[in-house]
Amino acid sequence: MSPLMEIRDLTVRFHGERTVHAVNGLDLTLQPGEVITILGESGSGKSVTLKALLKLLPEKRTEIGGTMTVDGIDVTALTGRRLSDYRGKAVSMIFQEPMLALDPVYTIGDQIAEAVRRHDRVSRTKAMDIALDMLTRVRIPSPERRLRNYPHEMSGGMRQRAMIALALACRPKLLLADEPTTALDATVQIQVLLLLRELQKEFGMGIVFVTHDIGVAVEISDRIAVMYAGNIVEEGTVSEIIKDPRHPYTKGLLAANLHGATRGTSLASIPGSPPPLDARPNNCAFAPRCAHAREECLEALPPVFRPGPGRRVACVLERGQSEMVLPARTPEAA
Amino acid sequence: MREVKNSRDRGGPAQPLVIANDLTRHFPVRGGLFGKAAGAVRAVDGVTFTVEKGETLGIVGESGCGKSTTARLLVGLIGLDKGEIVLDGEKLGGDLRLKDLWDDVQMVFQDSWASLNPRLTIEETIAFGPKMRGVSKVDARRLAHDLLERVGLAPARFAGRYPHELSGGQRQRINIARALAMKPRLVILDEAVSALDKSVEAQVLNLLADLKAEFGLTYVFISHDLNVVRFVADRIMVMYLGEVVEIGPVDEVWRRRAHPYTSALFAAMPSMDPDARTEKPPLAGDPPNPIDPPSGCRFHTRCQYAEAVCGKSVPRTSVVAGIASHLAACHMLDEASGHTKAGAAPTLINEAAE
Ligand SMILES: Nc1ncnc2c1ncn2[C@@H]1O[C@H](COP(=O)(O)OP(=O)(O)OP(=O)(O)O)[C@@H](O)[C@H]1O
Ligand SMILES: Nc1ncnc2c1ncn2[C@@H]1O[C@H](COP(=O)(O)OP(=O)(O)OP(=O)(O)O)[C@@H](O)[C@H]1O
Ligand code: SF4
Ligand SMILES: [Mg+2]
Ligand SMILES: [Mg+2]
Repeated sequence: MSPLMEIRDLTVRFHGERTVHAVNGLDLTLQPGEVITILGESGSGKSVTLKALLKLLPEKRTEIGGTMTVDGIDVTALTGRRLSDYRGKAVSMIFQEPMLALDPVYTIGDQIAEAVRRHDRVSRTKAMDIALDMLTRVRIPSPERRLRNYPHEMSGGMRQRAMIALALACRPKLLLADEPTTALDATVQIQVLLLLRELQKEFGMGIVFVTHDIGVAVEISDRIAVMYAGNIVEEGTVSEIIKDPRHPYTKGLLAANLHGATRGTSLASIPGSPPPLDARPNNCAFAPRCAHAREECLEALPPVFRPGPGRRVACVLERGQSEMVLPARTPEAA
Repeated sequence: MREVKNSRDRGGPAQPLVIANDLTRHFPVRGGLFGKAAGAVRAVDGVTFTVEKGETLGIVGESGCGKSTTARLLVGLIGLDKGEIVLDGEKLGGDLRLKDLWDDVQMVFQDSWASLNPRLTIEETIAFGPKMRGVSKVDARRLAHDLLERVGLAPARFAGRYPHELSGGQRQRINIARALAMKPRLVILDEAVSALDKSVEAQVLNLLADLKAEFGLTYVFISHDLNVVRFVADRIMVMYLGEVVEIGPVDEVWRRRAHPYTSALFAAMPSMDPDARTEKPPLAGDPPNPIDPPSGCRFHTRCQYAEAVCGKSVPRTSVVAGIASHLAACHMLDEASGHTKAGAAPTLINEAAE
């Protein structure tokens, strides 16, 4: 089976007053019908990676390297009509900030119907029916009335669901979901997650899901990839990551949760801060914060190990424990 | 009660910082051909609560139940249709002018993108408010840098950036820093940590706790993350469809979820076990229409314990298990209501309690 999405050695750099190396040699593969969750530090490049897949980054100031293939389409080469066909039909995105995706001057119904008609030759009435069906499916109360709402007339969680409806209306093969349930209460959140699981089965949609909520990752995904400073440091099945995290960053992240924390005490967090990213990291980007860091961690990019099928860990601590698939290396000079 | 050291204190420690009495706000709904008003969304419908000095009040509830609207009423961003807000003994619109309110109350908005000016750098954004208040340029800048550092954004790298050059979680932290720079007494945080990874979230929650201890700050903390609310809040208020259905000390409510909606909400927390994923949503039925809310108890259309009385009369607010600070509005708690489970409710409905 050929993968639904394949990202190879993706780099994204923003040029401006100062350069930001947001994504640094990222590899990620998704099989059709599979759900992968990206967990990771705030600012580690999750949203930028998803936007790169949709070619949404400002062209002038962004330098993108590597290859991205979705459903056999070479994303980097897309332009014009083929690009707009690709967006929405092959891939669509639920944005972290609903207000970025929704147009304030059109009603929700018009926006969804318009998106449907951009890809399918259906009448306006039919498109509106689809919009209504989608709003119902994402459990927006009184959906008929909400069709006529402008975004500012909705609560945060309704806007988020409206955007989910918009993203799903054209039945994409690949859904990029950037923290899609942060504005939803637990009851609605679980309903939306169940809906995504159902649609994913129903039409074999693949999902790249970004969340900070481990519980949500557990509910929705088959696999988890952990991101730090523009790269994936560890990947595995949900059980592998939750029950047996290997990379020190993953361990720190999982330890920094509130379960069992006592009020009035200080919460555990990973000491230190992420690297500046004004240059491409040429060693383990986590080393300055890592309790196990050794000299070799500072000298080169860490080797990548394969503790099991479909699993990878970029950390020297794995040496001797599992098969090495990529040796320590120095990135080509930028 | 915690000692509050604040020079702006007027009413003394026993005076609640906020008394919100019968807050009501309806939004007209357009309909028909000419967009004439056709009813109203009863976004906040008779909400009453207090916030003590130095405490953190957590607000949770279904999406669309009126949390953000309540918050916007509290900071005076939108007007009340009915009810009153009393800040440290002074009534808004009476002794207290809107301008005075804004001196004391700051809000961190749910939408971190829409609430930042795209043309101001991060440093300018944070320093703007203090400068408007007469803080010198140098001091405002120092304050901005100090706060950036404390929310985990190195000033050297971030001070000169614009909002669009930041990640979602970075923007959220800018909003928190901006609110704190105004040295408020009350900060309303509306989903303010939802875009942060757990490690940064811990860092920000620690910062909020430190500032609370240092300056006697008071917080209203709105969040969908029940674990976060449990950790930060002293008391928790549960809303459903524009009304308060339960309020009480956080540990108390956690143990004895007296209102069936509270039970359903808590039961919907994601499972942390990959081998035991949720298969069925714990709360079925469609969320009702806020224009024409259900009669009686607004939750009766979805409540597994609903009986005839629930659709007929509005439940009174009752004390739960004899704990005066724990209140809930459910007929099962009211011995006189005629509900068959009346009086025996709390222990009956708390299968989920730990
Ligand atoms: N247009 C831009 N110009 C310059 N830097 C940018 C731009 N967009 C993003 N960045 C930077 O790139 C890095 C990655 O950003 P990204 O939005 O992908 O983070 P993220 O992993 O989604 O974080 P979060 O969890 O906070 O949303 C961040 O450090 C951010 O500040
Ligand atoms: N400006 C407005 N015009 C019309 N209706 C509005 C407006 N603002 C809010 N509403 C409605 O008021 C109700 C309460 O909205 P509010 O934003 O307070 O909910 P919330 O509890 O914050 O929800 P969420 O958790 O989704 O953010 C919703 O039905 C919403 O659609
Ligand atoms: S490579 Fe070294 S520094 Fe990096 S996480 Fe592993 S042990 Fe720590
Ligand atoms: Mg992001
Ligand atoms: Mg809200």
